[in-house]
Amino acid sequence: MKRIVILGGGTGGTLAANRLHRAYGDGARIVVVDRDDDHVYQPGLLFVPFGMADADDLVRSRPRQLADGIGYHRGEVERVDLEADRVHLADGTELGYDALVIATGARLMPEETEGLTGPGCRGHVDTFYDLDGAVGLASALAAFDGGKLVVNVIDLPVKCPVAPLEFCFLADWFFTERGIRDRVELTYVTPLDAAFTKPVAARTLEGILEAKGVELVTEFTTGEVDGADGRLVSFDGREVAFDQAVVVPLHGGASYVDRSPGLGDELGFVRADEHTLRSQVKDNIFVLGDAASVPTSKAGSVTHFEGEVLARNVGQFLDGRPLDASFDGHTNCFIESGFGKALLIDFNYDTEPLPGHYPADAGLPLLKESRLNHLGKLMFSWLYWHSLLPGRDLPGVSSAMPRAGKRFPEAARR
Amino acid sequence: MSTKVYAGTEVPVNEEGFFTDPALWREEMAPAIAADAGVGELGERHWQVLKFVRAEFAEKGTGPTVRVLGKTSGVPVKELYQLFPKGPAKLAARIAGIPKPRGCI
Ligand SMILES: Cc1cc2nc3c(=O)[nH]c(=O)nc-3n(C[C@H](O)[C@H](O)[C@H](O)COP(=O)(O)OP(=O)(O)OC[C@H]3O[C@@H](n4cnc5c(N)ncnc54)[C@H](O)[C@@H]3O)c2cc1C
Repeated sequence: MKRIVILGGGTGGTLAANRLHRAYGDGARIVVVDRDDDHVYQPGLLFVPFGMADADDLVRSRPRQLADGIGYHRGEVERVDLEADRVHLADGTELGYDALVIATGARLMPEETEGLTGPGCRGHVDTFYDLDGAVGLASALAAFDGGKLVVNVIDLPVKCPVAPLEFCFLADWFFTERGIRDRVELTYVTPLDAAFTKPVAARTLEGILEAKGVELVTEFTTGEVDGADGRLVSFDGREVAFDQAVVVPLHGGASYVDRSPGLGDELGFVRADEHTLRSQVKDNIFVLGDAASVPTSKAGSVTHFEGEVLARNVGQFLDGRPLDASFDGHTNCFIESGFGKALLIDFNYDTEPLPGHYPADAGLPLLKESRLNHLGKLMFSWLYWHSLLPGRDLPGVSSAMPRAGKRFPEAARR
Repeated sequence: MSTKVYAGTEVPVNEEGFFTDPALWREEMAPAIAADAGVGELGERHWQVLKFVRAEFAEKGTGPTVRVLGKTSGVPVKELYQLFPKGPAKLAARIAGIPKPRGCI
């Protein structure tokens, strides 16, 4: 019987386990390892600060998302012994494997930025990237009655790179609803030279920031967050003042990756072939989701699309056949824009987000605000628990990026 | 696309001044590119970064980001900004004759 060990029981680990279990039945022994039992629906964290979601509703039991027959081990991964094909856990357990799937996601590293874990933090400085922070921000925003609110991405890569922009849009809506928008100065501070990495989408998103009166500060690499004095300081000496800062801390891979020589890159992400999702260190190690160093967004949708390819390729590998499934980098994100509307972007390694419709001409509008997209975003939470985590294919949504419905520029069509 | 003459050789560069053919770069060209990029005289610490960037490019096909530079080049991020004000990753790549770092998504 083949032994498959899956590190991480978040989005990727759970859906990969369920897919592999369905494919293999009792022919494989699958064990998922995670350090805790609380699975958080992370996209919901965006809504908590604005009172649009309740923190308790975002959390469910991890093991209960796994199909019967899949093992679950609660414990902290200490390191992977690449030579011996064994995982060491902090509680002393050792797990041998024929195939290892790494799905331990991205870690927040506020300690890497001066001042971010110092005095004044939590309160005037917070993040909505974890549950405690999101709840803290809900009280902070409820009490905020005017002043400078700054949203700052310290550096990339981050999970869901549009989420900080969504935060700005929702803040504009939130303060308008409360009747104090004219007393709030909103600023978005990014290390990029535009609002987003991809040019066509960046222009659209910058247009929305402008229309909503959100100031954009670009190429700002934050060296220090001074909570006491209320200012961000960049490495090149510029300053942005705030009364309330919403910060997205630096991200890195799980710390055991650093303790497993050869496994990860400088930031603790695991290098993998961007198409097969096999790691570049060893043939029997595969990676999916935020833990992977591949040139696409760190997003649940990506993780979901990767899952289909990964499950197929792990199976091929264990059966001694060539890997034949290939991931195209497909990413699909709803961008909440406030006032009951949202945009949708859909892209892959070769195609940047373009206008048009998804998945075909009659579908949801791309790169354009609409109520339909907002409903799509809200519905996603149900799909996440009932369809995506169980490892089912979502209706009409496939791993390969659809080309129908997109308006390609002339040059690309030729 | 236009061309520039550095150390007596004509090289093609893109709109932002980055080499489009990294193979044409030679160390003697660096001081003049630095001057074009608004970086003063190149000292030993600049060279430590430039050589590192060149080696990373040879190995990985792309230049490192500031954060990776700070972790691995032996020069901390704060100092990188003193050496290459306004964006060390971009400026070091330009002076080292490699394409603008792809960066992360
Ligand atoms: C605020 C916010 C909004 C988002 N919005 C969206 C959105 O709208 N759409 C979208 O597609 N995506 C969104 N995302 C991103 C999405 O949540 C992630 O990309 C997705 O969860 C990645 O899945 P993963 O399995 O790679 O990592 P995760 O789901 O984070 O799982 C990693 C797991 O590994 C475990 N782990 C880590 N290290 C260890 C260790 N040493 N030992 C044991 N266990 C360990 C962790 O406990 C965790 O359970 C958002 C994220 C955030 C933070």
